[in-house]
Amino acid sequence: MEIDWSVVPGFLPQLAAGARVTILIALAGLVGGTILGLIAGLMRAYGGRVLNAIAFVYIELIRGTPIVVQVMFLYFAMPVLTGLRVDPMTAAILAIVVNAGAYIAEIVRGAFLSIPRGLTEAGLAMGLPHWKVLAHIVGPLAFRRLIPPLGNQFIVSLKDTSLFIVIGVGELTRTGQEIMASNFRAVEIWTAVAVIYLIMTGTLTAILRLIENRMRIL
Amino acid sequence: MSIIEFRKTSKHFGDLKVLDQVDLSIEQGEVVVLIGPSGSGKSTLLRCINGLEQITGGDLIVDGISVREGGRQLRRIRQEAGMVFQQFNLFPQMTALQNVAFGPRKVRGLGRAEAEAQALELLDKVGLKERAHHVPSALSGGQQQRVAIARALAVRPKVMLFDEPTSALDPELKQEVLTVMRQLAQEGMTMVVVTHEMSFARQVGTRLIFMEHGKISVDGNPVEVITNPPSERLKDFLQHVE
Repeated sequence: MEIDWSVVPGFLPQLAAGARVTILIALAGLVGGTILGLIAGLMRAYGGRVLNAIAFVYIELIRGTPIVVQVMFLYFAMPVLTGLRVDPMTAAILAIVVNAGAYIAEIVRGAFLSIPRGLTEAGLAMGLPHWKVLAHIVGPLAFRRLIPPLGNQFIVSLKDTSLFIVIGVGELTRTGQEIMASNFRAVEIWTAVAVIYLIMTGTLTAILRLIENRMRIL
Repeated sequence: MSIIEFRKTSKHFGDLKVLDQVDLSIEQGEVVVLIGPSGSGKSTLLRCINGLEQITGGDLIVDGISVREGGRQLRRIRQEAGMVFQQFNLFPQMTALQNVAFGPRKVRGLGRAEAEAQALELLDKVGLKERAHHVPSALSGGQQQRVAIARALAVRPKVMLFDEPTSALDPELKQEVLTVMRQLAQEGMTMVVVTHEMSFARQVGTRLIFMEHGKISVDGNPVEVITNPPSERLKDFLQHVE
């Protein structure tokens, strides 16, 4: 079979629709994951024994299991356990939230704890409550250190959405698979799929680079 | 009433006893210089005053409030006791002016314009008005420490605590910081200073305290104590620092 790139444009609308689903899952999942990660990370860094333990168990549970197992659990096991059925899209978004949240929690914890203790003491010594010291002094400094590893996690999570092929979400990889199944144009279609992923991750990288350049790491 | 009163105050780090039932009263207007070998507890003593270290025994009253009360009461103590650190600890993302205006804005609730106007006055007082818009990394160590002093003063404390304020500075930069401290003492500020600068102790201090093994071993007039050390250990110590 010879390679014929002219088949690709015909499938572009279909691939674009898949890419849109991928972006939707990644975006919604990462917004939720960042919020969850921030909370869990701060619980790890500053929470008392109980909050710290809760966050620790969550993080280790998620980091210790594959994301495919996590999404299978959410989609197939949760309904059995709770009686609540979720559609594949919701399961996919939830999986990214929970999975990225655990990794982001460790990023947040690391960034906050890397800020010299003396700055916290200087804030406390003025008579500020601890939360204000975190909000006005440590937080803004930690945020700058957060950006590079956070960007890395965003890219990982974006690509992880391809694994949701296992629960039948119509994202980019599954779309590619479906097209493949009808015309067997493996080289053309998988190349197109790969290029679309590269465009998405490349855009993300460019945005992060821009943010980093506008902010000095202190 | 004393502004700071240690009552059989102890501090343990685990099994290690760092302060051992210290009794000490400091009156308004005193300039107390704390000296002693490393590990003698002088920095810990200072840091207990504003609760950066929690005392584990006895009591410690600052401006009528016990540090044991914690929470809001402890924050009131901290507003009355400004602190200057060995490593300056300026907020690196803020300019000198923003550093000094930060406390009044976030602690005292002042508006930005008012806080910055006051901050500029304080920077002028420590001789750094022209450097107001520089970030800490663009300042020398001596300048950073003077900004840090202005920052602590901005909250309008009754007492200033200095934790080895010149130890991280090159010899030629120490003087500019000591000059500001001397000026502060002349204005009647109550000061507790952990330092190895014996000339400062002699010229500015109203009281010299020598600490050993978590206890106060000598407490007296700086000039008398330095000229005529009442203990062999202090004599030995003074020979090593001077």
